[in-house]
Amino acid sequence: MSDLPTVPAAPAAAAVPRRRRGSRVRVTGTDRIFLALMVIVPTVLVVGWVWLPAIASVVLSFARWTGVGGLDTIQWIGTENYKNVFTIYPPFYPALRHNVIWLVFLFVLPTLFGIFLAVLLDRELRGTRFYQTAFFLPVVLSLALIGFIWQLIYSRDQGLLNAVLHTQIDWYGDSKWNLWAVLVAASWKHAGYIMLLYLAGLKGVDPSLREAAAVDGASQVRTFFSVVLPVMRPINIIVLVVTVIEALRAFDIVWVINKGTNGLELIGTLVTSNVIGEASRIGFGSALATIMLVISLGFITIFLATVMRGEGQR
Amino acid sequence: MSSATVTRSPATPAIPAKAKRRRLTPGRVVLYVFVTLTALAWLFPVVWAVLNSFRDYNYVSVHGYASLGGFTFKNYVDAWQQGEFTRHFLNSLIITVPAVLLTLFLASCVAFVVARFSFRFNLILLGLFTAANLLPQQALLIPLYRAYREIPLPLWMSDSGQLLDSYWGLILVNVAFQTGFCTFVLSNYMKALPHEMYEAARVDGAGVPVQFFRITLPLCRPALAALATLQVTWIYNEFYWATVLMQSGDKFPITSSLNNLRGQFFTDYNLLSAGSIVIALPVLIVFFVLQKQFVAGLTLGSTKG
Repeated sequence: MSDLPTVPAAPAAAAVPRRRRGSRVRVTGTDRIFLALMVIVPTVLVVGWVWLPAIASVVLSFARWTGVGGLDTIQWIGTENYKNVFTIYPPFYPALRHNVIWLVFLFVLPTLFGIFLAVLLDRELRGTRFYQTAFFLPVVLSLALIGFIWQLIYSRDQGLLNAVLHTQIDWYGDSKWNLWAVLVAASWKHAGYIMLLYLAGLKGVDPSLREAAAVDGASQVRTFFSVVLPVMRPINIIVLVVTVIEALRAFDIVWVINKGTNGLELIGTLVTSNVIGEASRIGFGSALATIMLVISLGFITIFLATVMRGEGQR
Repeated sequence: MSSATVTRSPATPAIPAKAKRRRLTPGRVVLYVFVTLTALAWLFPVVWAVLNSFRDYNYVSVHGYASLGGFTFKNYVDAWQQGEFTRHFLNSLIITVPAVLLTLFLASCVAFVVARFSFRFNLILLGLFTAANLLPQQALLIPLYRAYREIPLPLWMSDSGQLLDSYWGLILVNVAFQTGFCTFVLSNYMKALPHEMYEAARVDGAGVPVQFFRITLPLCRPALAALATLQVTWIYNEFYWATVLMQSGDKFPITSSLNNLRGQFFTDYNLLSAGSIVIALPVLIVFFVLQKQFVAGLTLGSTKG
């Protein structure tokens, strides 16, 4: 682990312009320096603050270290941390299960509902502005704050839900209910986000495509599934990736409620508790972090491959 | 540039919705009813919080919600004082403004190079930046946290004497994380800018700085405005890094200060409702004032400046 970010060798070095279709871009002296700086400065920041720590997480996952003292106090213990995670760490499987539930829930309810709303709002409704505003409103709120706002509904003694149902359930506190309660609150935000992403995509669909389908006598449903949906492929993938990443990153709302305990364990909260909690177990926490990293990199690769395929053809 | 696909850059601007009005068929009535009810349900939690924030809970619990009276502004005063909102809002300002400006500038730089010059590595570069935005923060926490403790800062920059627990550290990590997303959006936007303009500029002998500052950035104003709106919201809402990288409670920006307010607020309905509304207010204002531009930036995508 280095204290200061190092300059990456790769990107800026290639100041040789490649031939573009038809035209050739010439880059000379000062322009070259200017271009190099434009790339190097942001790259140093992103590599130093994101990629180097990510790599360091992987390296540290094979170590035992309290974090106190210099790097020479690190003991290398191979894959023991991973063995411990999978065998003798009780919160791991519940946390993993909660993350998976989070993903499935987000996808089945708010993601599909958000797409559905976008399709409805795309049908030239009067007052679209009002509807969009309503659905998009929760998106601008932080999930931590959403946790607070929904406490007004979920509170055991004063909350609206118990008043309506005549129950005495502590929705955030009872481990039988709290994951679902939190998921409903999180969905409130997620559906609006997906709605806006998708609506933007739908507006970008060339209207003549639909007109052509209509001329051919295709029904609206048929047109959507056969014409619009295939054209929307990039947006579909973005929506999918956004949902997966949201599910994997889920943290704020749970942390603000009870720091990810008592039925609200998530992998993200376990990593954090292992580092900033009382017992600083760096190697063990890094093993958990690496597991997250591997899962997310899988989906990021799918995402990039899809998006970049378009780039490559240009 | 020549073979832009339909999905990526809709060349034809969307027909204004007002151009044709449909007749109200029964199907459309159902549609309107459904969408309206859903929209009202969506607004409900916020409306509920607003209503409660102006009422005294003790009065309401005795007389019921349908009662008149018990209206008060005191919840706001109490929440503001007990939550030390003056300080925390100031912290949010100190972090958000520089972070957004820096993010947009750095992202524009990279996007410009990626979009205008087909360097051999520009795909790798774009991937490097975009992926960085999608990584889970927790995966980077441990090394970053440890490094932040080691990196010293002069006391005039940080009273903790290190990057940990300093505004600088928080601003930098936010910029590093958000640059990827902005780069991605801006590079797509810039690729759709008319190619001929640059040809003309080059014929006139304009160098890269002129092309960047005089041509590209002004043309990107709609995209930059939309991104600025998004970034102000996201960084104001940022919870994770501030929670783990700030140590002294008085340096928390407003969103992370929720960590310390839970104890008091969760048990006091008055504080909870008023406090939530106050914290939501800045982003709600940004949202209502800039929504049109916001949505336009996202939907019109790449037509023109």
